[in-house]
Amino acid sequence: MTINNENKNNGETASSAESSINLEASRRNFIFGSVAAAGLTVAPGMMLYQTANARSLSDFSLKDGASSKVRWGMLVNTTKEVDWNKCVEACNKEHGLGNEKDSRDDQKTQYIRVVDVKNKGTGYSMSLPVMCQHCENAPCVDVCPTGASMKRADGIVLVDRHRCIGCRYCMMACPYKARSFVHEVLTDQTENTPRGKGCVESCNMCVSRIDNGQEPACVEASEGAIIFGDLNDPETPIAKILAKHGGKQIRADLKLNPGVHYQGI
Amino acid sequence: MKKLHFLEVEGNTKGFYSFLGLFGLISLIGVLAAYYMEHNGHWVTGMSNQVIWGTPHVFAIFLIVAASGALNIASISSVFAKTSYKPLARLSGILAISLLSGGLVVLLLDLGRPDRLIVAMTQFNFVSIFTWNILLYTGFMGIVGIYLWTMMDRPYNNLTKKAGMAAFIWRLILTTGTGSIFGFLIAREAYDSALLAPMFIIMSFSFGLAFFLLFLMGSYKYTQRELGDYIVNRLKNLLGVFVAAVLYFVIIYHVTNLYSADHRGITQFILTSGGIYTFLFWVVQIALGSLVPLALLYGPTGNNRTMVGTASVLIILGGLAQLYVIIIGGQAYPMQLFPGMEVSSSFYDGVVAVYAPSLPEFLLGLGGVGVTLLLATIAIAAMKFLPASLSDEVADPHGK
Repeated sequence: MTINNENKNNGETASSAESSINLEASRRNFIFGSVAAAGLTVAPGMMLYQTANARSLSDFSLKDGASSKVRWGMLVNTTKEVDWNKCVEACNKEHGLGNEKDSRDDQKTQYIRVVDVKNKGTGYSMSLPVMCQHCENAPCVDVCPTGASMKRADGIVLVDRHRCIGCRYCMMACPYKARSFVHEVLTDQTENTPRGKGCVESCNMCVSRIDNGQEPACVEASEGAIIFGDLNDPETPIAKILAKHGGKQIRADLKLNPGVHYQGI
Repeated sequence: MKKLHFLEVEGNTKGFYSFLGLFGLISLIGVLAAYYMEHNGHWVTGMSNQVIWGTPHVFAIFLIVAASGALNIASISSVFAKTSYKPLARLSGILAISLLSGGLVVLLLDLGRPDRLIVAMTQFNFVSIFTWNILLYTGFMGIVGIYLWTMMDRPYNNLTKKAGMAAFIWRLILTTGTGSIFGFLIAREAYDSALLAPMFIIMSFSFGLAFFLLFLMGSYKYTQRELGDYIVNRLKNLLGVFVAAVLYFVIIYHVTNLYSADHRGITQFILTSGGIYTFLFWVVQIALGSLVPLALLYGPTGNNRTMVGTASVLIILGGLAQLYVIIIGGQAYPMQLFPGMEVSSSFYDGVVAVYAPSLPEFLLGLGGVGVTLLLATIAIAAMKFLPASLSDEVADPHGK
C-alpha cells in the first residue's frame, strides 16, 4: 500500500476542468484514507493510530469523536451536465428513504431534492441539488427546545432521534426547507439511519459514512460535480477551489454561513 | 355599595352535571382524536412537510394567548387599583390557568412524540424561545396560583398587590414569548417581524377578555346569579378598545410589510390572492371579527346582553381566523430560496402549499377548549371564585 498524498504535491490551478482533477486528487486522498483506516482499524469505528500529517477523511474517524478543527462542507458545481437525480437516488438508497406506504407526496421525506430555477427576466434556467446546508449558525439548532437538533463539532447538523419530541419548530425555522417529518410508522430502516414515526429528519451529510472514512452518497453519485472535504484545511481541493474561484451560498443574505457551497448559481 | 361575597357554584345539580358532561365529552373526543393521529402518524392529518403546523396549533396558540389576556381583569384590579374589577379578579386568575392548560394539552398532544414530554421538561436548550416558553408557561401556572391564593386566603390578602404585579409582568413576558415563536423565524416572510410580539400581546387582551365575558355571562345566567349592567358595560367598553387596538396593529403590520419589497409578496398573497386566507382575513377576521363586534359593542345594541355575547363570540371566531391566516397562511406561502426567481421541485418549492384541515385535527383543537371549560367549571364549583352577586349595588363602587 503506497502512501502518497498527491493532493498536497500537485500545483494544479482550479478551473472548471481542474476542479475535476482536484476532485480526483481528493478521491485518491480519500481512498487512501479509507484504505489506511481499514488497515489500522481493529474494530469498526476504532482505530489504533493515525498517520502523522495527512488530513484525510480517515483522520477524523470515531476514535476522537468529531473535531472542531474540521468543518465538513460540500461544493456543488451546477454548471456540470449531471443528472442530479442520481444523487437523489443514491441518497434514498443510502438512508432507506421512499419506504412510506400511507403518506401523501407532500408528507414524504426528502433529504435532497433537485430544484429548477429560472430567471423570469432573462430566461436563464438551471438545476441544482438542495439538501441540508449544514449552517454554521443553524436556525434549526437554535430553535430546538430539547437540543435534539444539534451541530457536531465538525459542522455536521444532525437530529438526535432519541431526543426529538416532534414539535417541528426546526422545520418552521429552516430557510432551505431541508427537513422532513416522519408521518407514519416505518419498518426496515437501514442500519445507519434510524428513522421513526413522529421525529424530524434531514440530510446528515452521511455522517456514518464520513465516520467510516467514506464520502457522502450524493457526492459519490455526482460524477465529480459535488466535492466533499474539510473547509478549514486550505490544502483540501474544496478549500482551494473556493479560495481561487469562490462559491456562493444559497440565501447568503441570512448570514447562516452554510457548509454547502455552489458554483454557477 | 354592598359587601362582596364569594360563593361556590352548587355542584350537585342536574344543570351542573350537564355542563360537566358536555365539556368532558368534548375533551374526551379531543383526546381520542389525538390518539388516532398519534397511533397512525400525522399522515392522517392535513399537515405535511410544507404546512408543518396545522389546525391544532391555531387552537393551542389561541388558548395560550387568551390565557394571558384573561388575567388582565385581575391585573387591572390589583396592579392598577381599579376596585370595580376586584370582584372579577379570582375568576380572571382561574380562567387564565384553565385556558393555558387547554392550550398546552393541544400543543402536547400534537407533538410527533408526546410520550417524550419528560425529555421536553428535562432537556433544555436555552437558546430556543420554545424552551423559554415551556418555562414561562409552567411559571405562569405557579405565579397565578400563588396570586389566587393571596386573593382567597384572607391573612395573605396584603400580598395580593405584589403577587398581582409579578403575574402581570410574567404574562407580558409570556405573550411576548408566544409572539416571538413566530417573530424569530427569519426564514418565513410572514413571521419575520418584531411587531408580532406586541401584536400578540394586544391580541391576548382582546381574545382573553372576549372569552372571560362569555364565561362570566354564561355562568351567571345558568346559576341564576345577578350580573348588573355596571360590570358588563365596563367590560364591553374595554373589549371594544382592545378590538380596535388589534385592528390598529394588523394595519401597521401589513402596511409596513407592503412598504418593504421583500415582504410584499406575502402581504399581497394574504390581502388579495390567497384564496381561503384572503377570505378569512377580510370576511372573518376584519369584518365579522372586528368591525361587526365594534358596531355591536358601541352601537345602540351595546346594552343588549345577547349582542354583547354575540360580539364576544365573533371576536373569538375572528381571533381564530387571524391565527389561521398567520400560522397556516404564513406557511402556505412559498419560502424564497432564490428571491426573484421562479423555482420548482419535487418538494413543492415555489408553489403555494395545499392544506385542508382534517376532522381529527379540528376535534383535537376543540378538545382544548373542552379541557379549558371543564377545568374552569370544576374550579368554580370547588372553590369560591365567583361572587354570589354582581349586581350594581355590589359591583359599582359609586353605587348606593
